[in-house]
Amino acid sequence: MNKDYLLEVNNLQVTFKTNNTEVHAVRGVNFQLKEKETLAIVGESGSGKSVTAQSIIKLISEPPGKINNGSIFYKGEDLLTKPERYFSSIRGKEISMIFQDPMSSLNPTLKIGRQIAETIIRHEKVNKETAYKRTIELLKLVGIPNPEKRIDQYPYEFSGGMRQRVMIAIALSCNPKILIADEPTTALDVTIQAQIIELLNDLQQKLNMSTIIITHDLGVVANMAHRVVVMYGGKVAETGTVDEIFYQPKHPYTWGLLSSIPKLDSKEKKLIAIDGSPPNLANPPKGCPFAPRCPYAMKVCIEQSPGIVSSSDTQKTACWLLDEQAPITDTPETARIEG
Amino acid sequence: MSNIKEKVLEVKNLKKHFPVGRKTVLKAVDGINFHIFRGEIFGIVGESGCGKSTAGRTIIQLYEPTAGEIIFNGKKIQDQLKKKDLLKFRQEMQMIFQDPYASLNPRMNVREIITAGLTVHNIVPKNEHENYISELLEKVGLNTSHANRYPHEFSGGQRQRIGIARALSVNPKFIIADEPISALDVSIQAQVVNLMKELQVSRDLTFLFIAHDLSMVKHISDRIGVMYLGNMVEIATSEELYSNPLHPYTQALLSAIPLPNPKQERHRERIILKGDVPSPISPPSGCPFRTRCSKAMGICAEVKPEWKEIYNNHWVACHLYN
Repeated sequence: MNKDYLLEVNNLQVTFKTNNTEVHAVRGVNFQLKEKETLAIVGESGSGKSVTAQSIIKLISEPPGKINNGSIFYKGEDLLTKPERYFSSIRGKEISMIFQDPMSSLNPTLKIGRQIAETIIRHEKVNKETAYKRTIELLKLVGIPNPEKRIDQYPYEFSGGMRQRVMIAIALSCNPKILIADEPTTALDVTIQAQIIELLNDLQQKLNMSTIIITHDLGVVANMAHRVVVMYGGKVAETGTVDEIFYQPKHPYTWGLLSSIPKLDSKEKKLIAIDGSPPNLANPPKGCPFAPRCPYAMKVCIEQSPGIVSSSDTQKTACWLLDEQAPITDTPETARIEG
Repeated sequence: MSNIKEKVLEVKNLKKHFPVGRKTVLKAVDGINFHIFRGEIFGIVGESGCGKSTAGRTIIQLYEPTAGEIIFNGKKIQDQLKKKDLLKFRQEMQMIFQDPYASLNPRMNVREIITAGLTVHNIVPKNEHENYISELLEKVGLNTSHANRYPHEFSGGQRQRIGIARALSVNPKFIIADEPISALDVSIQAQVVNLMKELQVSRDLTFLFIAHDLSMVKHISDRIGVMYLGNMVEIATSEELYSNPLHPYTQALLSAIPLPNPKQERHRERIILKGDVPSPISPPSGCPFRTRCSKAMGICAEVKPEWKEIYNNHWVACHLYN
């Protein structure tokens, strides 16, 4: 456990049992989170990004899920060795989480005020009155007008953006050290998304917390993250600072992602798509998971999993192209972004 | 595209109101005007609840319009509601739906899904179905063996290709694509968008492309219309709309898109709109956007702004340009 890190995930492996197969959702993931930093985990559906995040606060239900291997160090202790009851003191207090769909994350039969106060009463030894006072402050903090009136309303009386603000208020109610946001803006319209991104950036500065944001939207990453973890097929393809990932990407999958998004200022008429589709993790490929779709794939890529190559103190890439014996390959033109 | 532009679809003052309860009315689409030229891709963007999907569904006659005219190929659609005409209309205009999981019948295999349209419209003789379907599947990037499979055996991107194959099977001239890529992953979105672009050229198709993702709409469309709360607020070519947006809502919408470029984003001044979209059951008086507009004036609350062509082919409804 390195002292610079607030959270350290080592060799995390998670599987899910279905009818007669075992899906290897996360296959040896490593990453670290520093204090006051925003880390983005990027990937497509099925890349294992949400499962990785849920493992941190043990939201994986066993069965069918199972954390087979690895360690998650938080404040010098391995969370994975802790009993279930330990997590009820961690969840919501030390590490809290907001989800993609704010409607299904709130209880439709309870007033908003009660849902926020509940968390405060559960974790802090305060009476109801103090908890409600804090609830009103929190609603103000997340930018909900008329909080005194709004605490007596039900979730259906809130719009999508407002519900996500309520979720953020609940998550922040006990001053967590780490906020995990799983696709927090995906269900929202673009003008509301801009409001929530601004709010989250603002709060992170104000409250000195670390944030893990899980998203598939590279625009959101560029707006929020300090560092980025790119996941593919249950593994980490590449990590680096946000500038390294956008301006000096080294992994062909990162190149593919950057090439396939339309750029507002470009006149290019054809998008560069990544052919094929993601691997089936019930039967994961032996070598690099991206090899079947990778235009640069070599024989070794299919047979053997690539090692991790550091190209700076912060950037690490799992790709055979960076091996000494591999042909030198430049970032394709389409993946280049002018800073 | 030829130099002489022919209007293949004209929408005049189209309204679609839904009754909600006994006395209230939800004005999903409240008087929109636009036209689409043959061979172009026309994009409609807007946030959820702006009426873009309702507009698309009303044009293809899944909903009956409350008022207004839809003129397709020079003929008023409402006049040809006789069964024979309607059948012809449905063959010429097809739709691709948003959710590739919900829009394919799970109990039919791909062959049956596609054959249904072929039989109804009598496109090719029965003994040629097999060949025709194979060709079609290859055209959309699937293969012949897929014909025997059921929708659950496909990924989201592949299902959307089946939806496209189904729409293409009856040789349509005009396709309405309602958020065809929003349910798909980024790397798969590009595949489907490229396919649609290719078909536009190779099959001489006209598209109405409805979406909320502005960067994708800009990429694919020749011209774009921006909707807000049941109204069209601006129409221009996609280059013009992005380089010179006139309506304050279009400006805010463009400014809200997070760009995948961290260094630029650190210095970008954002217009962040306050509040939410008002309810279409009781929309604001005058201009629908005035409650969130930073440039709203006295007149905006009183008079609904006129739909005007400010420059050549650049239409806007805003009092700032009177």
